[in-house]
Formats: sequence, C-alpha cells, structure tokens
Amino acid sequence: MLGEGILKGLAETARNFFGSYFCAERMTTVEYPEQRIAPFEAARTFPFLVYDGADWQAGLRCVSCQICEKECPPKCIFIEKSKDKKPDALGKPQFYPVRFEIDISVCMSCQICVEVCPFEAIKMNTKFELSTEDRFGGLLLNREQLAKSNQYYHQIHATEAAEVDARLAAEKAKFDAKAKGADVAKAASDAAATGEGA
Amino acid sequence: MSQAETKIDKPEGWNRPAAIVPDGEGEMLEISMGPHHPSTHGVFRMDVTLDGERVVRLKPVLGYMHRNHEKIAEGISYLASMPYTDRLDYMCSLTNNWAYALAVEKLIGQEVPERAEYLRVILGELTRFQNHASSIGFLIQEMGASGTPLMYAFREREKILDLFEELTGARMMVNYMRFGGCRVDASPAWLDKARKVVADLPRFVDEFERLLCSNEILMARTQGVGVLRPELAINAGVTGPMLRASGVNYDVRKVDGYGIYNRFDFRVPLGDHWDVYDRFMVRLLEMRESLKILEVALKEIPGGPVMDPKARIRGLRPKPGEAYGRIESPKGELGFYLISDSGPNPYRYRVRPPSLINLTILEDMCLGHDVADVVLIFGSVDIILGEVDR
Repeated sequence: MLGEGILKGLAETARNFFGSYFCAERMTTVEYPEQRIAPFEAARTFPFLVYDGADWQAGLRCVSCQICEKECPPKCIFIEKSKDKKPDALGKPQFYPVRFEIDISVCMSCQICVEVCPFEAIKMNTKFELSTEDRFGGLLLNREQLAKSNQYYHQIHATEAAEVDARLAAEKAKFDAKAKGADVAKAASDAAATGEGA
Repeated sequence: MSQAETKIDKPEGWNRPAAIVPDGEGEMLEISMGPHHPSTHGVFRMDVTLDGERVVRLKPVLGYMHRNHEKIAEGISYLASMPYTDRLDYMCSLTNNWAYALAVEKLIGQEVPERAEYLRVILGELTRFQNHASSIGFLIQEMGASGTPLMYAFREREKILDLFEELTGARMMVNYMRFGGCRVDASPAWLDKARKVVADLPRFVDEFERLLCSNEILMARTQGVGVLRPELAINAGVTGPMLRASGVNYDVRKVDGYGIYNRFDFRVPLGDHWDVYDRFMVRLLEMRESLKILEVALKEIPGGPVMDPKARIRGLRPKPGEAYGRIESPKGELGFYLISDSGPNPYRYRVRPPSLINLTILEDMCLGHDVADVVLIFGSVDIILGEVDR
C-alpha cells in the first residue's frame, strides 16, 4: 500500500515523542545555562601554569625551558627567560619565566605543551566560559592570569594530579637522598682531609 | 525515473557560455549555489547552468576553506601536525589521526602494541558509525525532512562523542593517536561504558531502518537519481561507500588489512543500482558491520601497554625515505604521503583526501537532473569541506 512506509515512520516518531515524557533515555537535552553537566575529568580547554604553595610568583613550576614554545603547533606561547636563577621546589637554582603569555585566540587545545613539559608545569584547564569583550588583550593571558594553584589542579583533574604529585614526591625524595649522600660523602672526605692534615 | 533515462551524456554545447541561446529554445540560466547555502556542508560553491529546471553544466568552485594544511605541516615537527589532522575531516578526527600515525609509523618503522591496535579499531569503528549516522541524517534533511532523522542520529552521536571526550579529552579535536600507540590508556570503566553504548546501538539502527527504508517519499526522491556507473567511479578514483554503492568491491580494510582488521569477520555491502538510495543503504548496512567489529573488539581487547615504551614522540628525524599510509576512513581511502630528508619536519607532506576525490564526479552525476536533485546528489557524496579544501 502506498503510504505504508510513511505511516511506519510516523509511528516511530510518535514513539519517540511520547516516550520522551516517560523515558529519561529519550529525553536527551539539557537546558544549558540553568542545568549543567559536570565536565569529564579528561576534558580540556586551554592551558594554565601550576604553582606550589601560596605565592604564585615564588611557586611557579615553570623553569622556562621553552620546549612547549618550540613544540606548540600554532605557536601561541611566548616565553621570556629570566637572566638570574631562583631556587625551585627541589632547592636547585633554576631560571624562571619573566614573561609567559598564551594567546588563547590562537591556541587549539591540543595539549601537546602538556605532553612535552618535563616539569609538570603546564596543565589543561576545564573552564570553558571564557567570552570577553576585548578580543586582543582579553584573550592574551599573561603569567598572573595563567598561574593556578596545585589545589585547583587537584580539583579539576583529581586522578591525574595525584599521579603527578606522587611522581614529583618520588623525584624529590631521590634528590634529597642524593643531596644527603653527597653531604655525608663530603663530610667524610672533609674528615679524612683534616685527619691527614693532623 | 528508470535507469535508462538517467544515463545522460553531456548534451551538445554544454560548455558554451551561459548567455548564448541554444538552438533558439530559450536562454540558459546560470546560478551560483553557495558558498553559504545550507545544503553545501560548509563553504562550497557550484556554478550551475540550467535549461529550465534541468542541469546542463555544473562547475564546483573550491577553496573557500583552504588553510594551507600541507605547507604548514612541512614547516613543523611530525608531532605538531597531529592536531592539525583532526581538523581535516572534523566529523571523524580519530581516523585522520590513525592514517597520519600509520604513515609516520611506516616511515620510522615503528611497531604498535596489541592493545593500542584494538583501541584504534574500536575508536575507528565508533567514528565510522557516528559519521554514517549523521551523514544519513544530513541527506534526509536535504530532502526536506528538517530535523527528525538528523536529530535521532545526533542523539546517538552524542553518546559516542561522550565516549571520545571521556577518553581523549575532546569531543571532536581529539589529538589522540601517537607514533607507536595511543596517548592515554582506556580504563576498564571506559571499556564497560563503551560496551554498554555499543550494545544499545543496534536498537537505533533498527529504528532508523523502520523510520526511513520503506518511506515512499525517500524512495521517490532517491531511486534512480545520481547514478554513478562503476567504470566511471573506478576511473575517477572514487573510494569508500560511494564506490561500494556503485557495486565495486573495494574496501581498504579488506584489501590492505592494515592494523588488525584481518582478524575480524565482517562483510562489505555493495550497491546494485548505483544511485543515491544505494549510497544511503550501503552506509546503513556498514553501520551494522561496524557494530559487529566493535562487539568482537571490545570483547577481545587484551591488556598491556598502550604505547610502545621505546617510541619517541618528540624530536623525530626519520631516515631519508618516503611512506604512504592509508586507511579506510568513513569517507573513503584516506592516505598520508610523507617524504623525509632526515630533517625534523617532513620534506613533503601530502594528504589524499577522499572527500575531494569523491567530489570530482559531481557534474557527471548531476547532468540532466533537477536543481533539487543536485542538493540530494551532493549530500549523498558525504563530504566535509575541511578535508576538501585543507
């Protein structure tokens, strides 16, 4: 019969329409500004810089090695290396970024900077409501705007942050043990030297 | 319209300027469809010359979305091109990643661990499913059914995109595959979720079939429209569902057996009438075959690393040489051709885009049909302008 196929299709749409009143699975939309879905833990938008402790300037993990600047596909990271060195979390003197800017109007959220960073200093944010009236200055984020605390990182990527913390702690323990070992060795050699002298 | 009627050769004088009056029958009308036409899937323009309602000439105008992808890739490192490949065919980023990773792996002789191969198959087939579902949705929308089938397709696509986001961090611009594996491992929870989603999908295909396959309007609009003869399809280098709808048994998954596809049992649906309806039907059947592969892959996925521990992702300097990696992307044969001169970036980087090559026979399919059918035939090619213009 002509029209049978159309009727069959209409029955299907009717099933979906009425089903949406009873079956949560068929009602798939969310009314966005009022209702929100929590982002997935792996979700990513734009990068930020992690700092330890309370002061962002002192605790910034970035040592301005500029690997991310080199690897960034659209070249949206601008880093200016410091002339002097500051002690980092391990106590080693390191360079730090005098200027660290990310142009998020160019950034394409590929997270290659995160992948290549050897210091766990740059991570991806999950904040996505970033509209601004100023499309040039407003989208060029500087050091202060990029710096986020380690607690914030824990908040948005809990599992990943715990892994990173464990890795950093292991590194620090290794470094401390080595430093202690070096101290002991130095003391021993000093003692030997004084012994010889006597 | 029967098949004999649609076999139309180029009419005499088809390449004359539009303003010339042909044989005193009236003036030809030249109209420009696009680039901002809702049916053109982005920014594509056709210069269509009409004799009444009949198409006498059709010239595609490309390049509105040209982004210089190939030249950019020749100036940046091998790794940095990976996120750019997401943006070629943005409906199926994962298969683009896969094709590029395959090409580089061939170039540097990199092995891929078993688990990563399985993950690639799972993600590739999920991509194929969601691409075919939404391309059918778009095709039906261009027929005038504004919304319903497309929204049903998008409802299912949403579930698949959620899976992608949970694993890779992004819904479309995934940047997931690496040379020698995949970037992050799938958790058991993710695999369970994927199994659940895949178990639900056959219900959706059934629904789609009940909704569309026997619909008289759809049959009247698509059967016998836009016939593509197999000889022409082969000569033009058409691949993918387009070629299979023309009755040519050619699927890179079967022919090349890249990855681990030779372990899976699946069939290649072929068309019989070579028209728009066949292309629609082939896509629908391919969705079922994808589900078959997915079920097996999700059951058999082994443990182990997801990335070769010896693999380097940064600072690649392959030995001088060339490599061509190709896969069966949802649109057709997607290939990446790389030449290395042992520098940190490729000497030559070339994409073989299925969308562009499938589009070249648009005029041959459209001649003699109405303007309204042009929209439909164009929709059945299933292109993404991001890949056509690159």
